[in-house]
Amino acid sequence: MTYSHEKDFLSLGGRTFRSRLLVGTGKYATFPLMKEALEKSEAEIVTVAVRRVNLNRSAESLLDYIDTRRFTVLPNTAGCYTADDAIRTACLGREAGLSNWVKLEVIGNEKTLFPDTEALLSATRTLVKEGFVVLPYTNDDPIMARKLQDAGAAAVMPLGAPIGSGMGIQNPANIRIILESATVPVIVDAGVGTASDASVAMELGCDAVLMNTGIAGAQDPVAMAEAMKLAVRAGRLAFKAGRIAQKLYASASSPLQGISQ
Amino acid sequence: MGHMKLQINGEIRGISAVSNVRELLKVLGISESQVAVEINGTIIRRADWESTQIADLDKVEIVQFVGGG
Repeated sequence: MTYSHEKDFLSLGGRTFRSRLLVGTGKYATFPLMKEALEKSEAEIVTVAVRRVNLNRSAESLLDYIDTRRFTVLPNTAGCYTADDAIRTACLGREAGLSNWVKLEVIGNEKTLFPDTEALLSATRTLVKEGFVVLPYTNDDPIMARKLQDAGAAAVMPLGAPIGSGMGIQNPANIRIILESATVPVIVDAGVGTASDASVAMELGCDAVLMNTGIAGAQDPVAMAEAMKLAVRAGRLAFKAGRIAQKLYASASSPLQGISQ
Repeated sequence: MGHMKLQINGEIRGISAVSNVRELLKVLGISESQVAVEINGTIIRRADWESTQIADLDKVEIVQFVGGG
């Protein structure tokens, strides 16, 4: 049966989505530019950070540029280095956004921004008990992915490469192993630098891709947003279509018989 | 009308005396939608903003969404 993009929904946290691209809202030069890129990406879930209100100047609000009827706002716990900090930030995000979804990050090191997976697992357990839909940013370790899944995470989100590095999927073999035993969606989060990286993630069989810098940091973020949208869709199509096996030697595409002599 | 001192987002500020969270946001000129408020380490749910008293020298955190990945 032919695969139909129209009928292929992402099922996440008890909801369904048409788009398999999740995008961040950080690092844009201006809010109008961000708005245009978000729209062009056709993403339905956008991540945001939780930070102190600036009391000394009345800055424009991010949410003035995000149509919350169209986009699901997913607060993150970026910048948190302990489970307690991440839990507190998740609770603040829930109050601010009136949604119980959280992109859970517990960072272990400021240079690599790699996750502290021990603290991540602990925070996941607590937040799941508190009724959150927890989407944890983790490393590409299949054992940790399984533990997060067992702890009740609604998805596992392994990094492709360090946040903002644009290095692509550094360990596709591990992503494949994570996919083999996953019963929740697997979303590659971080490391995507260009369209082919997003396609690789989807061709491996990932359920979705989350990126921020790859789009926001491009010279033309709006064009890159469209490229990423197409790349995610192309990768998904190729995965569903079932690629040919890789072989060392040629296999002629044209008939070997009937060559005119 | 009296004044009070609060530690808001890490900064000591003198403001017109307020009795609850809702009044505090108004005095600070902060829109009520899409912010979260914590008083002395406890998150105050929106429904409790009016009934939650603010006292001199309270530690207040007010957060909102900003761009992030």
